[in-house]
Amino acid sequence: MRAFSTLFQELDGTTRTGAKLTALERYFRSAPAEDAAWALALLLGKRRRRLITGRRLREICLEGSPLPEWLFEACHSQVGDSAETVALLWAQRDQSTVDAAALPEAPLHHWMEQRLPQLAALQGAEQAEAVRGCWASCPPEQLLLVNKLLSGGFRVGVSTGLVTRGLARSAGLEEAVLAHRLMGGFEPSAAALEQLLAPGQQEEVLAARPYPFFLASPLDPAVLQQGDPGQWQLEWKWDGIRGQLIHRRAGCSLWSRGEELINDAFPELIALAASLPEGTVLDGEVIVWQPQAEAPEPFASLQRRLGRKAPSTTLQRQCPACFIAYDLLEHGGVDLRPQPLEERRRRLEQLRAQWLSEAPEALVPRWRLPQPEPLSHWDQLEPLRQGARERRAEGLMLKRRDSPYLVGRKRGHWWKHKLEPLRLDAVLLYAQAGSGRRANLYTDYSFGLWDNSGTLVTFAKAYSGLDDGEIRELDRWIRAHTTERFGPVRAVEPLQVFELAFEGLQRSNRHKCGIAVRFPRISRWRQDKPAAEADSLATALALLEGSP
Amino acid sequence: MPLPPGGLLQLTPEGLYCPAAQAWIDPWRPVPRALITHGHADHARPGCGTYWAVGQAEGILRQRLGEGIDLIPVEYGERHRIGGARVSFHSAGHVLGSAQIRLEAGGERWLVSGDYKRCPDPSCTPFEPVAADVLITEATFGLPIYRWRSGAAVAQEIVDWWRGATDRPSLLLCYAFGKAQRVLAELHRLGIRDEVLLHGSVQQLMEPYREAQVAMPPTRPLAELPRGAPLEGRLVIAPPGALRGRGLSRLKTPQTAFVSGWMAVRGARRRRGTGHGFVLSDHADWPGLLRSVRESGAQQVYVTHGQSNVLARYLREVEGIAAEPLEGAFEAERFEGDTPEAAAP
Repeated sequence: MRAFSTLFQELDGTTRTGAKLTALERYFRSAPAEDAAWALALLLGKRRRRLITGRRLREICLEGSPLPEWLFEACHSQVGDSAETVALLWAQRDQSTVDAAALPEAPLHHWMEQRLPQLAALQGAEQAEAVRGCWASCPPEQLLLVNKLLSGGFRVGVSTGLVTRGLARSAGLEEAVLAHRLMGGFEPSAAALEQLLAPGQQEEVLAARPYPFFLASPLDPAVLQQGDPGQWQLEWKWDGIRGQLIHRRAGCSLWSRGEELINDAFPELIALAASLPEGTVLDGEVIVWQPQAEAPEPFASLQRRLGRKAPSTTLQRQCPACFIAYDLLEHGGVDLRPQPLEERRRRLEQLRAQWLSEAPEALVPRWRLPQPEPLSHWDQLEPLRQGARERRAEGLMLKRRDSPYLVGRKRGHWWKHKLEPLRLDAVLLYAQAGSGRRANLYTDYSFGLWDNSGTLVTFAKAYSGLDDGEIRELDRWIRAHTTERFGPVRAVEPLQVFELAFEGLQRSNRHKCGIAVRFPRISRWRQDKPAAEADSLATALALLEGSP
Repeated sequence: MPLPPGGLLQLTPEGLYCPAAQAWIDPWRPVPRALITHGHADHARPGCGTYWAVGQAEGILRQRLGEGIDLIPVEYGERHRIGGARVSFHSAGHVLGSAQIRLEAGGERWLVSGDYKRCPDPSCTPFEPVAADVLITEATFGLPIYRWRSGAAVAQEIVDWWRGATDRPSLLLCYAFGKAQRVLAELHRLGIRDEVLLHGSVQQLMEPYREAQVAMPPTRPLAELPRGAPLEGRLVIAPPGALRGRGLSRLKTPQTAFVSGWMAVRGARRRRGTGHGFVLSDHADWPGLLRSVRESGAQQVYVTHGQSNVLARYLREVEGIAAEPLEGAFEAERFEGDTPEAAAP
């Protein structure tokens, strides 16, 4: 545990990528396999199991402490994190100077496999006693880490790519090979780590795994000036979630872009995968689309399906899932990624035709293969894009016909060209401090629009879109113009106007103003605009009527 | 909550005012007579008629407010008659020449703490407990999550961090007045005699400290180091604001750390984006605040700065001492000077 705690502090205590990489490499070189396996799983964010809730940790900390609960709350709003607040308060309470070197040291895997799960399995007073005993035996600098592991909130500023590179270097492996082997998860055991780091290719290990996704970049307008529009394949950009649908000898699977296996949530798509020939990998979009409908359902319908372990038949009927395929990555067990898109598309259509001739009727609406839109002149692009909202698409995708399927976000081959967001000017009404890095800074804002009677009605919340300087300026303004406090929330004088951008509007009974917005964010601080000139609810409703 | 009418001190738009002495304490705007607790920019502002301050603070105040200011230097503990009040300055342990100010008139004793700390600090006179009927205290770090380790222990961590990087310079970001000199004095106590390099704005404040015979390692302005001199393994002290300037451009890929009480909280440290954080503050921590309130014996406490609501409520509900937050321009004023976000000059 001490070595992992040191690694955590090294990673947390620097902003330099080089220093992080060195620390990772050094740790993986020296750690025993069973600990390194756990460290890897934790750093990749694959093991965020919540063993004890932050609320419970707080209870345990407060029991027998002279601190009143409101004071804990005050601390929490300064720190922005339960696990850390508890760690700081405990370290504060326990005055004896702990000699770290004298404490019994258990290895990381022992903590993860025995000690922490055992604490979680206990109940009531027994658990409280055991957790406090655990804290008392920890050197102060490990308290935060232990609480983070217990509450499932362990996070540190390293990307998957950086962890992969550090581990690949320590084992003398090709980074790309390791990245592929890591796709789709990693079980923290010494055996799994050994397999992961085994020399050479081991195709069987990869059998169930998706390929790393190839991502598009926002369209560089210069692209439109160069060359022949005929080089580009034009597709609608759908508002679902990206997925890879796999049928291999090892079985069928559906992976989200977050490398999560989502088989359970979409049984109808797993049935679809099973109907494909073995050795097939499709890249596409998971979306809710009624069999006879012209356009897909809004994202909210898909949200009802996501995260469900076993969707009821009613839900499956109300929100039927559909896979929109746009690429064929593997066919007949052969990796097609180096082939040009044109060729992959040709094979995809061939596969689809073959499949249609054999597939059961019920599965047919589960797989959609929209035809690419024709584009002979760049002038046609903008009118097409304007038609996206009507089709419930987010915009267009431009893919070079000769592009291979690469890994990650490589510019130049695939572009996304989204619709301009909808925009409204709204008035800042409430602010709340953020958490984590934004703790103690007012960064979570609620905005209002005018109703008919000239009252501001809360309409949307937004957390992003301002730069650091603006956040600080607004934080200062909020502190100086607070009219009322409701716990951590401050009501402010309704004076500041912000332009909000969002992707769509929907009617909602759960929102006071009757409207729910999709992905609201701040696009501009309208310091030039008085609050009286902000938009009204009527304007928002008009936008709502305008969207399908 | 405002101060009750008729008390020894009143809150005016200019700041805390003592009608009996016709004097303001750390006024925010120009006034005829200002009693200054210490030289930090949010406490000592230019444009006043006469300044009263501890003699040790004179050099710093003249440097910051102008050589020609009308300043009456006093000693710690001396009692002065100003108007109809007796006024004395007592050591606050915050920075060189920092003071708590006690005012007595009409049988009442009020104490304004200014900024203070209770941890030993080799760069200034230690805090002196002072008895009063009414106390106005700061509460910048008024939460129980803040408890400081000794300066010596933190200095040892700094040394280990610095010695651990022989292949690059180590850039330590410290508030230029007070924190930087405290770190240097603590390093000296640990036996460090290496020459430490200073950013210009830290350098400016070295003279008053050297004059007060605070023992510190040899120092040199970074700008005076010959071109091409190797910087690997050197310790450089600069204020946080200097990161945005050009003065530090000679330091290629330094390891960077920020020294501040705010560094106790991970979010605050990550928000700064400077990498490592050393928890060292010149303000009282939670136990220090409580101890100071108790030791003053005050029956009525007013709390300013930072966690004024929290500390006041705790004193009322847990300690049974009449206490109220003092709403004024303190929070807004302080914001410019000494919060995690503000760039030190």
